[in-house]
Amino acid sequence: MTTSPTDVAASTLVSVRGLRFSHGPRVIYDGVDLDIPRGRITAIMGPSGTGKTTLLRLIGGQWKPSAGTVTFDGINVHSQSRSQLFEMRMRMGMLFQNGALLTDLTVFDNVAFPLREHTKLPESMIRDLVLMKLNAVGLRGARDLYPEELSGGMSRRVALARAISLDPQLVMYDEPFTGQDPISMGVLMRLVRTLNDALGLTSIIVSHDVVEVLSICDQAYVISGGKVLGHGAAHEVRASQSEWVQQFLKGEPDGPVPFHYKAVPYAQDLLGAAK
Amino acid sequence: MIGILGNYLQGIGRALFFLFTIIAAIPSALVRPRLMAQQIYSVGVLSLVIIVLSGSFVGMVLALQFYRTLQVFGAGESLGVAIALSVVREFGPVVTALLFAGRAGSALAAEIGLMKATDQLSGMEMMAVDPIKRVVAPRFLAGLISMPLLAFIFTVMAIGVAGGHAIGVSLLGVDAGSYWAGIREVLHGDDIRDAFIKSITFGAACSWIAVYQGYHAAPTSAGVARATTDTVVISSLAILALDFILTAFMF
Repeated sequence: MTTSPTDVAASTLVSVRGLRFSHGPRVIYDGVDLDIPRGRITAIMGPSGTGKTTLLRLIGGQWKPSAGTVTFDGINVHSQSRSQLFEMRMRMGMLFQNGALLTDLTVFDNVAFPLREHTKLPESMIRDLVLMKLNAVGLRGARDLYPEELSGGMSRRVALARAISLDPQLVMYDEPFTGQDPISMGVLMRLVRTLNDALGLTSIIVSHDVVEVLSICDQAYVISGGKVLGHGAAHEVRASQSEWVQQFLKGEPDGPVPFHYKAVPYAQDLLGAAK
Repeated sequence: MIGILGNYLQGIGRALFFLFTIIAAIPSALVRPRLMAQQIYSVGVLSLVIIVLSGSFVGMVLALQFYRTLQVFGAGESLGVAIALSVVREFGPVVTALLFAGRAGSALAAEIGLMKATDQLSGMEMMAVDPIKRVVAPRFLAGLISMPLLAFIFTVMAIGVAGGHAIGVSLLGVDAGSYWAGIREVLHGDDIRDAFIKSITFGAACSWIAVYQGYHAAPTSAGVARATTDTVVISSLAILALDFILTAFMF
């Protein structure tokens, strides 16, 4: 692991301060602070529609926050020029929910894509590197398949091999476990953990699969309504005093988040219709 | 009303800005000959069949129509001239461009729109690869290069080979010598140059509209469908309007 130039952030790879972001009239983040420590797996959890993916796009510099800062390895992401930002992104890997594999390329070429774009390595060395990455995710044998021939779990594993092909410092996972059967879920969970430890990565997982994510992460943040509602190690989050966090973790149908969408009282509504 | 006009101007501004970004990215597309070859193949070579067939049919129809009229004035031997001038100056560039918009333009818009909808473009950005350089500019350039070549093939098919020549000379009995001699006498380098200018202008307009529509499509299936339709509609109107303007200045 490299050490950061600024001593303050020595153990923190990504730090988010006072982040505000709105999408049209909708406020998605309203003052969020996060610290992502190096070498650890950090989970960001929250209900659907809280803009968890937005957070990854903000860290990756694809979108700009309306206020607040995001620093990666001590450098403010949003004060970078386009080319500096691209330099920075070579040190980040991102796994999109659907894999985002290039559909006109084979599995092999997809994993080779970042290497071919950014390095001048000879083809024989690219072949070795790609096969190593594919072997790490267990898909060396699938190298000649096209993305449409892969199952959802396999696509994500290929996308993971591609995300680590440039040996990044940070890997961001967008809902890696959603819609997976138990076996491929288990495979993905083990991959996230072992790759993080073996390659000395820092990982951010954005997800609402509470049980799975809490079982592999080192620390977690629970976000809802644009604010951080709970954070800490897995057992600390599980023991949270917040009623909202408890409802979210246990998946209870009613609680601080009511079962009914905001409406006028039921009886009044029915009588009103009769008029 | 002002709102609509404002939206319209905003759209044009965005599209112009997009064009400048593409032009700035063209040098980096030019240094990737393999990527360019692939794009010229999918935009140009795959449009060949429709261009060759349409060229032949347009030539055949023109031969039938012109011959009847020319015959009235006893000028049936000028058939070659009539076909050649109308095809080189108008039908070649315009019909090729309209077919190109339907065949290649819609495909370009749908492809880029789907790449956007499936996060492939975002994915590239996160891999520090500029999608304008890697995806948009090569496709734009391929359209620009393919259009004049396709128009040339269309023209050759319509005047000679299976088009006007087949009907005029083989079926209607016009003398082959006077068919070609007339063309050689009347058709000048200027006409060819003007046709080239026309088709390269149409090529730029079609490709620009297609990549813009695809790149700015809403990332849903309805959005991609809309982008594809808009590409064909706007391109066709743009081609006909530009043709009027260019013709007014040229002839």
